[in-house]
Amino acid sequence: MRYHTFLIKYGEIGIKGKNRYLFEDALVRQVRFALKDVEGEFEVHKSQARIYVDCGEDYDYEDVIGNLKRVFGIVGICPVVRMEDRGFEQLKKDVVAYMDEAYPDKHLTFKVESRRARKSYPKNSMEINCDLGEAILDAFPETRVDVHHPDVMLNVEIRNEIYVYSQIIPGAGGMPVGTNGKAMLLLSGGIDSPVAGYMISKRGVGIEATYFHAPPYTSERAKQKVVDLARIVSRYAGPIRLHVVNFTDIQLYIYDQCPHDELTIIMRRYMMRIAEYFAKKDGCLGLITGESIGQVASQTMQSLAATNDVCTVPVYRPVIGYDKQEIVNIAEKIGTYETSIQPYEDCCTIFVAKHPVTKPSVEVIRRSEEKLKEKIDELFDRAVDTAEIIEVK
Amino acid sequence: MREVYLDNSATTKAYECVGEIVKKVMCEDYGNPSSMHAKGVAAEQYIKEAKETFAKLMKVKDKEIFFTSGGTESDNLALRGAAAANQRAGKHLITSAIEHPAIINTMRHLEEEGFRVTFLPVDRYGRIRLDALKEALCEDTILVSIMYVNNEVGSVQPIQEAASIVKAYNKNILFHVDAVQGFGKYRIYPKKLKVDLCSVSGHKIHGPKGTGVLYIGENVKIKPIVFGGEQQKNVRSGTENVPGIAGISLAARTIYQDLDVKVAKMRNLKKHFIEGVSRIEDTTVHGLYDETSAPHIISVGFAGIRSEVLLHALEEKGIYVSSGSACASNHPQVSGVLKGIGASQEFLDATLRFSMSEFTMPEEIDYTLDTLYNIVPKLRKYTRH
Repeated sequence: MRYHTFLIKYGEIGIKGKNRYLFEDALVRQVRFALKDVEGEFEVHKSQARIYVDCGEDYDYEDVIGNLKRVFGIVGICPVVRMEDRGFEQLKKDVVAYMDEAYPDKHLTFKVESRRARKSYPKNSMEINCDLGEAILDAFPETRVDVHHPDVMLNVEIRNEIYVYSQIIPGAGGMPVGTNGKAMLLLSGGIDSPVAGYMISKRGVGIEATYFHAPPYTSERAKQKVVDLARIVSRYAGPIRLHVVNFTDIQLYIYDQCPHDELTIIMRRYMMRIAEYFAKKDGCLGLITGESIGQVASQTMQSLAATNDVCTVPVYRPVIGYDKQEIVNIAEKIGTYETSIQPYEDCCTIFVAKHPVTKPSVEVIRRSEEKLKEKIDELFDRAVDTAEIIEVK
Repeated sequence: MREVYLDNSATTKAYECVGEIVKKVMCEDYGNPSSMHAKGVAAEQYIKEAKETFAKLMKVKDKEIFFTSGGTESDNLALRGAAAANQRAGKHLITSAIEHPAIINTMRHLEEEGFRVTFLPVDRYGRIRLDALKEALCEDTILVSIMYVNNEVGSVQPIQEAASIVKAYNKNILFHVDAVQGFGKYRIYPKKLKVDLCSVSGHKIHGPKGTGVLYIGENVKIKPIVFGGEQQKNVRSGTENVPGIAGISLAARTIYQDLDVKVAKMRNLKKHFIEGVSRIEDTTVHGLYDETSAPHIISVGFAGIRSEVLLHALEEKGIYVSSGSACASNHPQVSGVLKGIGASQEFLDATLRFSMSEFTMPEEIDYTLDTLYNIVPKLRKYTRH
């Protein structure tokens, strides 16, 4: 069947009172962004608290649905057949033909639900429902009407043209990106951080990212992998500005000055500080990490407290209560898993001690960091000044 | 920044003239060699000329030269084609434990097809043990495949002795040589060596990637492994890669010009490099490093530094090398060859391969040595523990 229009249903944003237009405009923007590379012509417009995507003659249906399913804020996508109004008798024929094509097996229950946007139409909604229902029953005696729990809800909207649809494809849910500010994601090459970015972005938050690389201990391919991950997340979150920080000198300096079992914790404190530096610079309202309680030594409650100690902006950890498998399931669903498991070392593991501290005390760690006083500011400045910025889209 | 390319066993930079001829054939003499018109005839000339080139360089007949998509396909065609064509005579195959994956994995595939394969052990210098070869031969043996030069440690195999042993046992047993790393460094004459099949790759001799040669002795029975338009006497179907064939042919002719001078130069540089690198504490050079080893490959273990880290540290200074063998380097696994030659544990994950070409300059070797003197002690300071 050829669909001429997609009706975009949104949930939560419908209830946001006076700000509603802001949310709708953001959604329209995101829908346009999602369709920009799809073959075909599309016109996205708002009309009476609905968003419509009108399609040109030729377009790729699968691509449209695939891309729209990644737009946060969309609850459902309804493929619509648009019919010219050539009188009610013709409409009956057209609706019967629609049912025939859309549902080859007629053993079903249905309900006709019509809306009259054009009030001048000669029949009211109730009459349209009854008369179209009767036409369908006459044409397909196997069908039955069920007004409470129909298998098929046949929607008929009388506008300048007549819109007919009965299918709702579930969308990604959440809120349109850009309606809830921006946050800075600490993106490693692992499984968890891309998922964390996805989850926060689902609530309408735009994403920037910071990645720490440590040449020669990590390779150009490890960096490329992170760029690839950012690109996958950006299919949901929109364009991502990725800051690539050369972290080697800071790491080696910590290695020189501090106890080795505290290396990872101190290193992570500096990662947070650097990410926060970029966050503040770019107007991000928080940090996002892929930490999950107890997953590794640096993610025990004590370690998280020690890491959190240096942050002055809120740190969002959306997978904090998730088991690894639960995170993997999301990673597979959003398409980051295959990339995440490529075997390139990231900078968190290169100097990891055999027995890192698992219950660090904030006081002890702060004292250890005193030993970095001499050069750390200079190294910090150099790390942020030389960071490479990649606009991922 | 200075660029020093010491990864010539992974691939080489093409000769300028090769780039030019490939472009000319692609854009001007683009005919299909099977076409009947003049464009086709012009294209066919390149193939004819290339066959003559290889026939001359290898002292074989034109009709014994076949063009493939590279070393891997040549090896596949040789092993699978010969095994299939001769399986009535027997189902036993012999190779070595340190072959390139193109041989090892093809042999494993043939095992699944019902053949029995013996993988010969090597000595500590990476050479096959001839006594083991003698023992392995049996009535059922139909094919032996041994590489000319090992790609990871540069050991040169005693091909002539091995082939003599095999032919003395049973002259019908086929002998295949994977000469991908040897061709262009050694003059390889299949008939003198008594070998029946010999693989060559274009991009290891400054030719184009995606090009290869398989020498197939005229009396060797072989079955095709791909099917199609019956080109190349139905041994290797598919429209010939004429630009590539013109390129590999010109590369072969060029590399053979002053070959002895080029090889002597590489030998000197290798000697110089080994002397220099030996001054660094806790290093080892794998395999043999006298005149009996390949002139262009040097495999060095640096205890206490993961090869990947040293590789990237050298890369920061513009020096490009491989860890283990480049073909296997995208798998984070320890080299089978180093294990095969009994390298000690501390070097298994800490070995780099430096491989030269005729373009390698003495200053580049000195620069590489100076860089190593500088970074190896620094990297050793920071270790996991």
